[in-house]
Amino acid sequence: MSSIAKKKGFGASLWDYLTTVDHKKIAILYLAAGGLFFVIGGIEAMLIRIQLAKPDNDFVSAGLFNEIITMHGTTMIFLAAMPLLFAFMNAVMPLQIGARDVAFPFLNALGFWLFLFGGLFLNLSWFMGGAPDAGWTSYASLSLASEGHGVDFYALGLQVSGAGTYIAGINFLVTIINMRAPGMTYMRMPLFTWTTFVASALILFAFPPLTVGLFFLIFDRMFGGNFFDHTMGGNTIIWEHLFWIFGHPEVYILILPAFGIFSEIFSLFSRKRLFGYSSMVFATVLIGFLGFMVWAHHMFTVGLGPTANAIFSVATMAIAVPTGMKIFNWLLTIWGGSIKVTVPMLYALGFIPSFVAGGVTGIMQAAAPLDYQLHDSYFIVAHFHYVIVGGVVLAILAAVHLYWPLMFNQMLSEKLGKWTFWFFFIGFHCTFFIQHFLGLMGMPRRVFTFGADQGWDTFNLISSLGAILMAIGVIILVVNVIITIVKNEKVGNDPWGDGRTLEWAIPQPIPFYNFKQTPLVRGLDTFWIEKQEGNKEGMTYAEPLSDIHMPNGSIIPLVMSFGLFVASFGALYNGEKDWAIPVLVLGLAITFASMAIRSIKDDHGFHVHKEDILKNEGGNK
Amino acid sequence: MSHDAHVYSKSQTEYEYTRRVRREAMRGQVTTFAIMIFLTLIAFSAVAAGFSEYFIVPILLLLAAIQVVLQLYYFMHMSEKNHGMAAFFLYSGAILGFTLFLTFLTIVWWN
Ligand code: HEM
Ligand SMILES: [Cu+2]
Repeated sequence: MSSIAKKKGFGASLWDYLTTVDHKKIAILYLAAGGLFFVIGGIEAMLIRIQLAKPDNDFVSAGLFNEIITMHGTTMIFLAAMPLLFAFMNAVMPLQIGARDVAFPFLNALGFWLFLFGGLFLNLSWFMGGAPDAGWTSYASLSLASEGHGVDFYALGLQVSGAGTYIAGINFLVTIINMRAPGMTYMRMPLFTWTTFVASALILFAFPPLTVGLFFLIFDRMFGGNFFDHTMGGNTIIWEHLFWIFGHPEVYILILPAFGIFSEIFSLFSRKRLFGYSSMVFATVLIGFLGFMVWAHHMFTVGLGPTANAIFSVATMAIAVPTGMKIFNWLLTIWGGSIKVTVPMLYALGFIPSFVAGGVTGIMQAAAPLDYQLHDSYFIVAHFHYVIVGGVVLAILAAVHLYWPLMFNQMLSEKLGKWTFWFFFIGFHCTFFIQHFLGLMGMPRRVFTFGADQGWDTFNLISSLGAILMAIGVIILVVNVIITIVKNEKVGNDPWGDGRTLEWAIPQPIPFYNFKQTPLVRGLDTFWIEKQEGNKEGMTYAEPLSDIHMPNGSIIPLVMSFGLFVASFGALYNGEKDWAIPVLVLGLAITFASMAIRSIKDDHGFHVHKEDILKNEGGNK
Repeated sequence: MSHDAHVYSKSQTEYEYTRRVRREAMRGQVTTFAIMIFLTLIAFSAVAAGFSEYFIVPILLLLAAIQVVLQLYYFMHMSEKNHGMAAFFLYSGAILGFTLFLTFLTIVWWN
């Protein structure tokens, strides 16, 4: 690889992406793969809403409906929302802290490929005898009874992609702890970096329980275990605990980076320092901690007893305090700012009322006696879509517009962006607001149809119409992306004109080594400080220009992940096909062999020479 | 992050300083090692002496916890500077693990 960007053929570019360890390219891979799964999950959502648009509908059968809702939830959480957030973490966080890459570039690639192969494996279930149908929560009493291989695909696919997520989380943690540029103290880190940090810590602690739960499930279903089978001395409730010990932190893994994105947007487009920076950091860390103490609020109706319910009820309500702090800080950031309502800012403004609505229903559900009424009704569906769509998805869409110029050196059309926003935003409220009332009227969640005499038809129809609006919004976004890519107009660095943090200071297209010299950070909003002092360069440097050490690309992460993908098929057909065990062994052999090669073969990377960096400079600005 | 490699030679005082630090660290490690062996002896003899289980089990757990802490601080260098973040994560993990264990005990297994 040369340091000078060259035009490459298609084959060479493809190979480049398959072997890349560059955080900026891995970000693009995450964005593409996450985007694809987002569309797949979206199509599943449309099928759900078509089925529920009118009473006694037979558009899909009951069994297929269960598969669709299971895959919709699983895909959206694990394969769309999280990877899309990882895309922005990868693209932005190392730049924000002044690093040349993440701490372990090889592991970064490995994390991505594990996620992708896990996701592909899960989705192959559609073509191999039926998808999982026990809900995204896959409660053991249901999932052990589920026929066919659907739930096996769920357990194995999530195990593989979960390993990828775990690796990514650890990588971000180590990066933020060790790779901050000189002067970038913890209390000078931009909020998106902070939320990435805390979300990664949550991944560190939340994924092991899921891994354990999934292994128990794998053993129970494929290898004759009885962890969850009460007739054999197991306990089906243990799955619920393990799942939610993971599951509640998981929702914070999703929402914290979203908070980070909106914090960046509010201060950028109010052209003001974020109000209450240190209390924002404090609130983020506190939410991270409390997030682990509340999982049983998903299990109020299981019969844990009044003491347990009371404790978890109070703990859950406590989370509203730091969350409220954040909301007020955002409002006070906008207050008195010189506001520019760009597309990202529109999303941020739309986010506040939507998310607050979701938080309020959350507090309602946290009251255990009330939750006996609300649990497993459409009220719950409304709640979590208000927080996840109104929070996470709005943040992702905002970030696509905000960071597109950073990632691709092009600007998405603001006009089309506004169309996307309004269609999506109105559609979203139309779809989910009404579901609160469906829930209060008694409609249970996860039912494949309802009767005409139950009085739920109009509201369901409205909900389905809203979904169409959301779909139109997403289609406009896709069109916007295609037009922008085809037009390919370069916009240079700091396209919003008001960038405050380091990522906007780097010349475009960003050189693969990011910073020719490591920057010196002199305060919060580094770039802003330099701009205020009239520094044309945008950065003060902490070191003289010298050779840069960079890692080599490698195909091994892909092969390693492919091995687990193969092994999963072996495990899936264990005890059913003769070739199962050989395939399992073969897959594991591929993985372990590539691990061995990676360990034995020395790869010291390469150096970019000072002269090349200087030459590169000219063409870059 | 890459920096050019510099050849660096230590001055006499620096040399003596590192020697002293290392000597002290060594003394600490040997002492701790002796303590750990002693704790292990207590554990074995408590079992061998055949006390009541209700006495032995808590004692063993306590001794194990002390061993872990000694191991972390004296052999895995947690007492040194710049290990604050690692310590923070270790303790968070321990606290979380303990809470989970406690809830399982109280609302799953004893229920
Ligand atoms: C103020 C903050 C919040 C509170 C008090 C809260 C409370 C609750 C409670 C008590 C439930 C269980 C209801 C039931 O099943 O009976 C629940 C479900 C749920 N919440 Fe929240 N929540 C909050 C924020 C969030 C956020 C930020 C997210 C995600 C980004 C989220 C996602 C979910 C999901 C996905 C479920 C349903 C899981 C399922 O059963 O499939 N919540 N919430
Ligand atoms: Cu929860």
